[in-house]
Amino acid sequence: METSIWRALLYLVGVMVFAGLNAAYLGWCERKGAGRIQRRIGPCEVGYAGLLQPIADGVKLLSKQLLVPRGVDHIIFRTTPVMAMIPAMTSMVAIPFSANIQARAVELSVLLLFALASIGMMAILLGGWASGNKYAIISSARAVSQNLAYEIPMLVTVITVVLLTGSLELKEIALKQQGGFWHWNVFRLENGHFLTMWISFIIFFICSVAETNRAPFDMAEAESELVAGYMTEYSSMGFGLFMMGEYLNIVVGACLTTTLFLGGWDCPFGLTPGVWWFLLKIYILIFTFIWIRWTYPRTQIYRLLNLSWKILIPFSFANLLITAALIKVF
Amino acid sequence: MSIPLHLRSDEVFVLNLGPQHPATHGVLRVKLTMDGEYIVKAEPVLGYIHRMHEKMAEGGTFAQFMPNTARMDYLHALAFNHGWALVVEKAAGIEVPERAEYIRVITVELNRIASHLLWWAAFLLDLGGFTPLLYAFDDREKILDLLERITGSRLTYCYMRFGGVLNDIDDEFITGTREFIKRLRSRLPRQYHDLVTHNIILIKRIKDIGFVSAEQCRRYGATGPVARGSGISYDVRKNEPYSVYPEFDFEVPVFSEGDSMARYMVRMHEIEQSMRIIEQALDKLPSGPVMGKAPKLLKPDAGYYFSAVETARGLLGHRLVCDGDKNPYKLKLRSPTFSNLSLFGEVAEGMLLADALAFMGSLDLVIPEIDR
Repeated sequence: METSIWRALLYLVGVMVFAGLNAAYLGWCERKGAGRIQRRIGPCEVGYAGLLQPIADGVKLLSKQLLVPRGVDHIIFRTTPVMAMIPAMTSMVAIPFSANIQARAVELSVLLLFALASIGMMAILLGGWASGNKYAIISSARAVSQNLAYEIPMLVTVITVVLLTGSLELKEIALKQQGGFWHWNVFRLENGHFLTMWISFIIFFICSVAETNRAPFDMAEAESELVAGYMTEYSSMGFGLFMMGEYLNIVVGACLTTTLFLGGWDCPFGLTPGVWWFLLKIYILIFTFIWIRWTYPRTQIYRLLNLSWKILIPFSFANLLITAALIKVF
Repeated sequence: MSIPLHLRSDEVFVLNLGPQHPATHGVLRVKLTMDGEYIVKAEPVLGYIHRMHEKMAEGGTFAQFMPNTARMDYLHALAFNHGWALVVEKAAGIEVPERAEYIRVITVELNRIASHLLWWAAFLLDLGGFTPLLYAFDDREKILDLLERITGSRLTYCYMRFGGVLNDIDDEFITGTREFIKRLRSRLPRQYHDLVTHNIILIKRIKDIGFVSAEQCRRYGATGPVARGSGISYDVRKNEPYSVYPEFDFEVPVFSEGDSMARYMVRMHEIEQSMRIIEQALDKLPSGPVMGKAPKLLKPDAGYYFSAVETARGLLGHRLVCDGDKNPYKLKLRSPTFSNLSLFGEVAEGMLLADALAFMGSLDLVIPEIDR
């Protein structure tokens, strides 16, 4: 079975379906969630509880003209939306959804995911630059400085997890956390790691909010300042792909957090581990993302960078040293 | 002001903020000369929604101009109604019955709360918080329902008449208003202050940002919450009282910090003061007619007349020149937002784009009132 072509095909379809459904329906979840938070009901016209809304939106976007303004860099302008979507989709390949659901067990899957996230970043940079719009360029510059600032503490906290589990493979990392929530990296009881790991988790979570350009760190698309940021000139499915890429990045971020810190597919009480626990955890995380977005106002770009360079990076390094020391001592 | 010497002209770029831009709340255009994200020079460009309201006043009778007043500051339309009614009553020597004066105060103050709530919502929207908008609109809706009952419209009121008001208020309005005040009192600390005012992100965004000095306010003629946020205790309702305002016990909130937070706090406190005024007015509400004796066609004596009222945004002056005819000879409005916006260019210099937009939001601009 391992080498069969059917396995590859099955995973290809499975990953595409999972990614496509999430990209489309997280938009619906976000609108419903925002609606409830804001004392309204959200989409309710198209289909039962507005469930067909994403499809209607997709059809609408597809039927629109992809407007390419004069003065843009044609090739880059047209390819960047694809570049925004594909890395996020590809990341799904390396994610272990359960002990036996993983498309490809890549040995350095943690590094692979970060590399792919950086390609997604390039899409924002190039898309903004190719648009030849001043708002888009400001937005791209912001997005790049933001991602640069937040990838450092994120990777440093990932090193603490790697030190703890001794592996760069996501499945390995998840397997080391089986058997109830006290084995999860975030609460790991042995050797006093719970003293520092929750800090790692918080740093990682803040960084993943910033990495996915979500409020309150959505500097790149601050609509009251930069209109629509790097997406200003995109219409039709160009815009659609950027949106879907954004939602997929959230899913990947949630998957990564779950695998690294929350025990992957492990049940908190040591019963019936499986893919459902994994899905439950990522959707709780995603709901937290939505919740944060609709509660807080946006912060400021220089405060955002200060937070990373002056607080998160020193803390994550100190955290790394303490974790390493704990491992050495015990 | 020119570009600072250390910047060559090819090191800066011009960013057109507006006339259509989500943060300008209308058709205001600001020409920004930028050095990266820093503003080197900001130049508001006006006139995109100029409709010649002052000239229109000369073309019709005095009463025919009343609907126009509501189309200028559509957020505090009743204060504009009130200002126009006051100046014409002064010119024609019309007496207003006491009950009508009380009703005017009640409706104007309700409208002021609605205006401040909408400002609050839009300001938070400028800062990227979408949810507070819906909470504020929830409360504002109640005010609009109340005002709709007695004025017949929800936004562009034409409620005041020379010598009184159009409709009397009824018991349902009175109980509804009392209920609304009770509701807003209970919601202000929780939905407004706990969720937003004490939020660390908001405090960091608006505290010590957009500093306006009292000297700048005087130089540009800024009034209203902008001046009161800079330590100038000036409110037309207190300093040059009109209508029945002297009969009420209320305070003028003054904050001396001069930053966006101070202006924010002034408006939040003004909501509370307006509620106090409304409660007192409802308690003291005299009975009697709501319309005094006024001729159908007004022909005031020739002369110069002036009235000033306090709108949600500051001092509104009506300067009326009459020549004894049935039309005004000339009308000049002194609208508050025009002066408040004039500050922007000077204060925004050297600010970051995002801070400048937060500052602009804190000025509470209503563009149709600037252009008229």
